[in-house]
Amino acid sequence: MNTSDSEADSYNERSALVECESPTIPSYNQDHDMSLPQETDTKRRRPVSSGLDEPGPVERERASTPDGEEEELTLKYGAKHVIMLFIPVTLCMVVVVATIKSVSFYTEKTSQRLIYTPFEEDPNSVGQRLLYSLLNTMVMISVIVVMTIILVVLYKYRCYKFIHGWLILSSLMLLFWFSFMYLGEVFKTYNVAMDYPTLAMIIWNFGVVGMICIHWKGPLRLQQAYLIVISALMALIFIKYLPEWSAWVILGAISIYDLIAVLCPKGPLRMLVETAQERNEPIFPALIYSSAMVWMVGMADSSNPDSADERLRNEGGALAQEGVESEDDAAQGGRRRCSAEEDLEEDRGVKLGLGDFIFYSVLVGKAAATGGDWNTTLACFVAILIGLCLTLLLLAIFKKALPALPISITFGLVFYFSTDNLVRPFMDSLAAHQYYI
Amino acid sequence: MTLAVFFGCAFIAFGPSFSLFVFTVAKDPLRVIILIAGAFFWLLSLLLSSLVWFIAVKASNSQDLGLQRGLLMFGVFFSVLLQEVFRFVYYRLLRKANEGLAAISDDDGSAISVRQMAYVAGLGFGIMSGAFSMINVLSDSLGPGTVGIFGDSQYYFITAGELLQSLMETPSHFKVQFSPLTMAFTLINCCLLIVSKVVVKSRYCVGLEMQNMVMKNMCFISTNKQPIC
Repeated sequence: MNTSDSEADSYNERSALVECESPTIPSYNQDHDMSLPQETDTKRRRPVSSGLDEPGPVERERASTPDGEEEELTLKYGAKHVIMLFIPVTLCMVVVVATIKSVSFYTEKTSQRLIYTPFEEDPNSVGQRLLYSLLNTMVMISVIVVMTIILVVLYKYRCYKFIHGWLILSSLMLLFWFSFMYLGEVFKTYNVAMDYPTLAMIIWNFGVVGMICIHWKGPLRLQQAYLIVISALMALIFIKYLPEWSAWVILGAISIYDLIAVLCPKGPLRMLVETAQERNEPIFPALIYSSAMVWMVGMADSSNPDSADERLRNEGGALAQEGVESEDDAAQGGRRRCSAEEDLEEDRGVKLGLGDFIFYSVLVGKAAATGGDWNTTLACFVAILIGLCLTLLLLAIFKKALPALPISITFGLVFYFSTDNLVRPFMDSLAAHQYYI
Repeated sequence: MTLAVFFGCAFIAFGPSFSLFVFTVAKDPLRVIILIAGAFFWLLSLLLSSLVWFIAVKASNSQDLGLQRGLLMFGVFFSVLLQEVFRFVYYRLLRKANEGLAAISDDDGSAISVRQMAYVAGLGFGIMSGAFSMINVLSDSLGPGTVGIFGDSQYYFITAGELLQSLMETPSHFKVQFSPLTMAFTLINCCLLIVSKVVVKSRYCVGLEMQNMVMKNMCFISTNKQPIC
């Protein structure tokens, strides 16, 4: 079976995306952290959204409001943003775990592999398995690095149409082909009789509405739902086609790469973000999950993009061995946050790249697939959520684009391996003796 | 078995805590975060205690059943102890965070009171503890009534299945209700303990700790002297 996935790179084309409701807002995120730096205080005191250009009176007025109230509001909204990301991440993971547990297709191992992981793991020899998984990881990471660099180069030289077309192609692939496959497998599992015309109509409607919502205009909730669904589909593909050990090593390696690419001064993603900032453009609106919409009413300047740091990650494409080239891959997604724009309180949202969704779901899905123990899945789930919470906390402190993968994936991996190997025998023995702790 | 047993046991076990969650915690994002962090801390404590138990088991003679049972009891005791330690640590962490919050906002104190935090944290602990004990059994009850038929090598599958079979065999169905109710009880207890930290003095707190540990270790006094295999 040919599984082509071309998940696209980021594209940044203002003209195409200006109507898109995916946020180009300054995502201001303040978490309930005590060590708020002093500067944020003063920033928050700046005039807010009455749309007036009178900093004077507004400022004075603002300054007279008690500091505590602002802080409290900020903290509340900070916590709110965390929850606004918890919910979609949870939903995506729930979809993936539910599918893994019910549809056996995604846990069956076939001889087909992605073209990115060419070495086949031999279950008999531990050393060879380890070596091949490392090699697979290196291949995959280098593919991702190359794609990211291509993306940055394309972006720098303003080849917007190319990026745009690439992205559309990849979303087409996801929305039509992968959802068709998914639906087919679900029907097979539940033995539902379905005829092709009905199926064609369902898939057609689903795909077209998805394309419109994601790339053009659409209700925010619908767009969020579509983004969650395509992340889940992509994660399922990864779970199926990545070999066992390679998947774990890839997860670890990707989070290290994420860290490097976002934080190093010459990292591709950082350069991408800075370029976008210089040009005052939003980055990758269609490939980031955003939790809120901005209301431009009364704001002096929809100046969000200039401090929008955003990283987006996008994984791409796996091709089957039949190999059709339409791979994309890309930049990494992260969260984006605007530091300096203190605007309306309500519309600040937080953005998280779809790649983060995908890899979180891959981790939890693999925990659910290998083992059959729900405790492991639950432990990984909690670990990832806590990692996300910590990352958002750091975001509140540092106020610049941060990689969303490292902390969560580290926690997830640690908890997966320790729950699987340590806690499971313990709980099994306890259950056998009917001891409850 | 399937759906009826699954839903029945699930609702008995998680009904109270779920309704507590929905009515008190779900609306406030800060409380949800504290709840999940509470679950995380419980998980950490379980991890560390099972690490200790695992090392002890590996270092000992695996054939000696009496020794294994003794090690298990030690493991449980240590686990409970560690849970209490982590509960205390989490509570202190929250207190410090709250003080920081209150120091910043000079208006009317922090956004969330210490008591609420303690309650939510305890709820988080309790939910996670209950979930870890019950979820595998629940998911096995969803399956067909042929638990254990394949002689799966996975240890837990067999024991969970036989646990359920023994549950079904008791005529009064006492055990079917026993396990979920224990969980519910543990949940409430966990919350109350944390809340009690707020209101009582430290000396009395030690007494409560002892009581909690006694309660948990009471599970050793079970009618089955043997494991249910």
